Order: sequence, then C-alpha cells, then structure tokens
Amino acid sequence: MNGTLAGVVFFGSLVLALAVVYRPLGDYMYRVYTDPGHWRIERLLYRLVGVRPDAEQTWGAYARSVLAFSAISILLLYAFQRVQQYLPLNLGFDPVKPDQAWNTAVSFVTNTNWQSYAGEQTMGHLVQMAGLAVQNFVSAAVGMAIAIVLVRGFARRGSGHLGNFWVDLVRGALRILLPIAFVGALVLVAGGVVQNLASPDTVGTVAGGTQHLTGGPVASQEAIKELGTNGGGFYNANSAHPFENPTPWTNWLEIFLLLMIPFALTRTFGRIVGQLRQGYAIAAVMGILAVVSISLTMTFQLMHQGTVPEAVGAATEGTEARFGVANSAVFAASTTLTSTGAVNSFHDSYTALGGMMPLVNMMLGEVAPGGVGAGLYGMLILAVITVFVAGLMVGRTPEYLGKKIGSREIKYASLYFLVTPALVLAGTAVAMATESGRAAMLNSGPHGLSEVLYAFTSASNNNGSAFAGVTVNTVWYDTALGLCMVLGRFLPIILVLGLAGSLARQGGTHVSAGTLPTHRPQFVGMVTGVTVILVALTFLPALALGPLAEGLH
Amino acid sequence: MLMPTWIRNHLAALRALLVFTVLLGLLYPLAVMAVAQLPGLRGGAGGSKIESGGKVVGSRLIGQSFTGPDGTPLPQYFQSRPSATIDSPVKGQEAPNPDDTSYNPTGSAASNLGPEDVLDTLGDDGSQSLLTQVCARSKAIGELEGVDGSRPYCTPDGVGAVLKVFGPRGTDGRVTRPTRVVSANQACPAVPFLATYEGVRVECARPGEDLAAGATVPVRGGAPADPRVPADAVTASGSGLDPHISPAYARLQAARVARTRGVPVERVLQAIDANRRGRDLGFMGEPRVNVVQLNHELDTRFPVRK
Repeated sequence: MNGTLAGVVFFGSLVLALAVVYRPLGDYMYRVYTDPGHWRIERLLYRLVGVRPDAEQTWGAYARSVLAFSAISILLLYAFQRVQQYLPLNLGFDPVKPDQAWNTAVSFVTNTNWQSYAGEQTMGHLVQMAGLAVQNFVSAAVGMAIAIVLVRGFARRGSGHLGNFWVDLVRGALRILLPIAFVGALVLVAGGVVQNLASPDTVGTVAGGTQHLTGGPVASQEAIKELGTNGGGFYNANSAHPFENPTPWTNWLEIFLLLMIPFALTRTFGRIVGQLRQGYAIAAVMGILAVVSISLTMTFQLMHQGTVPEAVGAATEGTEARFGVANSAVFAASTTLTSTGAVNSFHDSYTALGGMMPLVNMMLGEVAPGGVGAGLYGMLILAVITVFVAGLMVGRTPEYLGKKIGSREIKYASLYFLVTPALVLAGTAVAMATESGRAAMLNSGPHGLSEVLYAFTSASNNNGSAFAGVTVNTVWYDTALGLCMVLGRFLPIILVLGLAGSLARQGGTHVSAGTLPTHRPQFVGMVTGVTVILVALTFLPALALGPLAEGLH
Repeated sequence: MLMPTWIRNHLAALRALLVFTVLLGLLYPLAVMAVAQLPGLRGGAGGSKIESGGKVVGSRLIGQSFTGPDGTPLPQYFQSRPSATIDSPVKGQEAPNPDDTSYNPTGSAASNLGPEDVLDTLGDDGSQSLLTQVCARSKAIGELEGVDGSRPYCTPDGVGAVLKVFGPRGTDGRVTRPTRVVSANQACPAVPFLATYEGVRVECARPGEDLAAGATVPVRGGAPADPRVPADAVTASGSGLDPHISPAYARLQAARVARTRGVPVERVLQAIDANRRGRDLGFMGEPRVNVVQLNHELDTRFPVRK
C-alpha cells in the first residue's frame, strides 16, 4: 500500500468507527442527561456539595453556578501551582511563576489547555494529576452541560427552568467521561503510554552515555486529554512524545477519542428535541466541513510545497517517523476542528497552506464537530443565524425547532458570534503594535505574523494548539492570552445560557407550509455556507498577510 | 443561619471541586496505575525499559544519541534522526552534555522552524536557518555514507542556496533588473554557488550586514528531487525523542555499520529486518526501524572489537 492510500484508509477507518459509536454513545448521553433518578454515589456527592439535585435552575442561576465553579477552579488551580514546592511528588520543581500560573489555571479551566510551560520542566506529578487533569474532566463536563441546556431551551415549552448545573456537571464527569477515560487509559498503557509516579531516572544508554528517563501518571491524563477535547500535554512535545503516543494505533485511538463525543452529541440533541433528523442535519454540516478540512490538510502536507519541504522532499520537519506526514495531518486537522489542541506534530513547521488549515479550522469557531459541548452549542448558534438569514430573504419571522427567532434571540446569537473574532483580531493587532508582542516571534516575515495570529486564535477559541515557535512564556503573553481564554469561554457561555432561557420561555409554534425545514440537505448546505462565508469575511484579510502571503508566491 | 446566595454558591463550588479532586484527581489515576500493574501492562506503564545484563540501557520508546562527545557520529552505530530537544533548567535533570542536548528526555521539543526559514544569521553568535540545517545534515550524511548528499535549494558547501537581490521592484514584488546580488548564507570568503544572476556578479555575504532590503530568492539548482539521503534523516522529529528512522535511512547506513563492526553486510541487513515494523494493521502510520533496539542488538550479537 502506498503512503497516500494508507493515509486515506486511516482517515476512512476513523469515519467508520465514529459512525459505529454515534448511535449508542449519543443515546447513552441522552439517557444520562434525562434520567430522573440519581445513583447512590451521586446522592452522597450532592450531600457533600450541599445542593438539592432535584431543584431546577433558571438560566441566570445556572450561569451563576457555572461562573462560581469556574472562578473557584481558577483560584484553586492557581494556588496549587504556586505552592507545589511544599507538596509531594513535586520532582524538585520551583513554584510556577505568577503570570504563568494564572495563564495555566485559566487555560485548563476554560478547556483551552494552552501551555506556556513545558510539562516535564515545570509541573510536578501531583499538580498534573490532581490539578490539571481534574480540570480536564470538569471543564469538559461544563461544556457538555451548557450544550444540553441550550438543547433543553429548544425542547421545553413555556418553562423558566433549564436543569440543575450540579447534576449536569456530576453526570457528565462521572457517567460519561470517567468510564470511557478509564478504559481508554488502560488501552493506552497497553500501547506503551507510561503510568507511574517515578521521578526522572538516570540510566545508561546503549552507546555508553546517560539519559534521564521521565515518568508520570501520563496514561490517565492522556485519555481524558483527548476525550474531553482538552489537549494539554503531560510533556512539552504533547502527543508527539513517545510516552504519550507510542504507536500508530495509539495515534488512531487518540484521534478517535477526541472526535467521538462532539459528533455523538448531535444524536443526543436529536433525541432531546424529539426529532432525530434535526440531529443528523447538524451532524451532516459538521461532517462535511470536517471531511473537506482534513482532506485539504492532508493534501497540502503531502504536496509539500515551500522551499524547505521541497529541499527535504517531504514535509517531515516536526513529525514523528512512526506516524508519517499523512496521519500527522489528520491529527492536526482533528485537533483544531475540535477544541482539543493536542498535537502529534508541530504545526509551525507545516507547509504554509497545510499550516493554514488548523488556523482556519479554529476560525470556523471549532464547530466541526468542535469541543465537547462547545461544538454543539456553537453549531446551533450558526443554525440560528442561518434561519435568520433565510428568514430575511423570504420576509418571514425565522423559526428553528418550533421556536421563533426574534430580536432578542438573534441579539444573543450575533453577540456570541462576534466575541471570538473581536478577541482574535484585536489581540493580534495589539500584539503587533507593541514591542513585547512582536518580540515573541521565532520566525520572520509572514510566518512570524502567523505565529501570533495562531496564538490569539487558539486562545480565544479555547483550542490550545500553537505555532509553537512563538515565545509566550512572558508576562505580556501570559496575561493577554489568559484574558482571551477567559473572555472567549465565558462570554459565549453566558450568551448561550441567555438564549436558552429566552427560548425555553416561549411556547411552540406550529409547523406550516411556510416553515423552513431544517433537516433537509438544503438547510445543511445553507448552514455550511453561512459558516464558511462568515469566517471568510472575518478572517481573510488576516490570513492574506500570514499563511497566504507565505504560501502563494 | 441564612447565607447570601452567592456565598452559598461559591461554597458549593469549592466543595464540589474538592470532591472531584479526590475522585478524578487521585482515585482515578491511582486506579489506572493499579490495573496497569497487571502482567502485560506493567512493562509499558513503567516506560518500556530495555534491560541488558541486569542494567537498564534505555527505553525502546525513547530515542538516543549515537554520537561522540563532540557530536560526531559513532560509526559502529546506526544514527538517529536530528533532535531539537532542549536542556532542563531543573537541578539534577540537566542534559548530560551541555554542548549537545539532543535526545534529552527532560526537554522534549521540536525546532518549530517554518517552511520558508531560509536565511542564516552569519557571524560568531549566528544561527542556522532550517534550510541550512537540512543542507548541512544532508551533506554530512552523504559524506559519512559515501553517497551523493546534494539536495534542491542547497549549495555544494552545504548551506541554503538563497540569494538576496537588490534593485527596483516590479508590481509583483520581484526584482527584474538587479543592481546587486548576494548569496545570503555564504559568509565571505566563501565562493558563491552562482557566479552571476541576471547578469550581475553574485557576492559572498559579509557577516553583520543587514540584507533585509533585498528580495529573497531561493535557487533550486540541479539536485535530484528524490535525494539519496532520506527525508527523515535531515529533519528533526516533533518530540526530539523519536526512536525510529525510516527503513530507507537504515539501509543507507548498513554498509558503514557492517564495515566498522567487521561483519558481512547481510547480517546487518537481517538485523534491520528484525527491528523493522510495517504499518500497524497494514494502514496506520509508516514503516519504521527502531534505532535503539537495533543498535542494542548489534552490540549484543556483533560487539565492536576494541
């Protein structure tokens, strides 16, 4: 089998596997979020936390609980890093410096997992597993909870209540993420991912030198890092590191893990609104965008245009020999189509156009299929904007899933859409206008701009991958990108919850001959078009100065 | 006692986080660790160490350097890929050789240099562009293995073949009638790889001179598009700890290793085959040879006569 064909089969087998788990996983998640009963351990947990699980919340109360939990999470994770020198398993590391601790705390709580630090040189084992990895679970569970609330907003009629945050959070973490992560972690161990508490171990090498072999509770963190679309690597090299991703088949598994929940949530959505085909339509939009994006990334990388790739004869700089160029490209596209941001190869060394694809994927708003939960609510916002655009064309009040999209709803949706582009473009502009912003670039010319643009796009969209040549371990970048992550996560969440509240209060409309059907290929095409056009209009000028200038000459 | 709602909310958040920390931050990883002690999982969980005569000589997953203290290749060993790992600032975990931090597991890293990183900074505290690194590696490997090490966009002396062209620019940014041309990566007194460009004599580059105003023109040259030295041999991996090389790079090194060890080349080729893995399930990843295991096996079976 030649390399390109093997790459296509690799991609095809992932699609097949995702199709196989789509229904059972989607249905399982539906049952999790609609189950009227509580597990015994959950009851105990609610008692410990001091909340009444059967008391439903308004959107405002739900939002306050989300924000309280996230604020406390940031505070504690910050403190954890600052006192790690007093804690066990610290491997002799100093406390993380304040700006970096803030950046990292925000990064993990917002499901971004941007890393301005190198894991093996900064974070002790205890901070990694009891600090960072805990946020891998709960930040993912928060994302899923928000998506479910928006779906409830569409499903409920004349209701002020949208569920209970604590119940959604606990169920997402314990019933969905934990069991899959546990199995996933053990399979990864079988592939060679390490799982121990060892300090760096000095051993002799074959040629008679020495080497410090690292250890760590890596497998348990790796599994949830992919499953929860978090992406924060245990080691600096992330999923390129052989202890995080030792074989081509663990590479396949990691891509599968990061895509499975975001896709299957569209089935859950269809179940909750009682129309499976609505879920399929949303999944189809995600699928079309994902297939096109992954194919383009693979094509650009295999074509290896550019001076250095042509000198080399392949785009192998920054890729591992066991994965090769094609499978690395599939990972790169998948990690940015979702909000994962893990990397198994280094995007900064990609060809100009191959490296542009991850950037474009994030600029799409990470909706194809997006982060766990965040992808679904992002895509539903785009569906709302699409029915609005369609409504303007025919002069009818737009409706989606039996709900009127009035001026209040469209304000929430358009504000949601504006948040990240504003952060990305303003952030990049400010960076390029300041000395400390420009100093971070490793590469010169258009590629340097791409590094900074990528950093702000990644932070604001809560992705976490990087054109990693950029030096972001500075007070300026730690602060600026930290702000982008917080605003890029919580402003959209508040707007989504507000939209959900406003939708749930409405009664239902009746389907008439004039209602735009939102489950047909026509609508799928329209949402896809709106997504691509909105992104192109917003970001094309910036892309023209960066990757396009580099790639098209 | 009635607390304001917002305080109750934050207290609930705090308690929830503590409960999650115990469940997901301690019990979960420890449970994975416990199950990973089962036979079959234990070796992987511990780092896939290679033991020899009761001594650990590395991990089969973590690449190693097979160079002397001065960075030159040890001819009896298959060479690993270039590595961009960095030193560790942590006491006791520094790379053993501060002058050569490649394959340092306490500082995994990639080069992160882009596809158009073609201009060196010349001079004593200069730095090589990615293109020059590729060219220099290719030339050195070609000489070591006795094959043609030339590549597109590389000069015969092993740096990036890049011109800086000065003169009025056309509307497309190109310089059509150059007034001055400098071979940007060839420091004087080197002889430029081209004598003339568009009728203008090509100069060597004076270290320290600012050439930013010139248009950057990489020159393809006549080297074959499919060079004898394989791609993986001239590019750094993502982790810097890649334990593998391509089968093509392994075969290229076989003759030299066999000669140094004084064994027929067939035996070395057999050892390569024994350590070669095809694609997983026939379609995942790429065929590869584990350099650490291969070299270890050669040391066991065909030790170098002192």
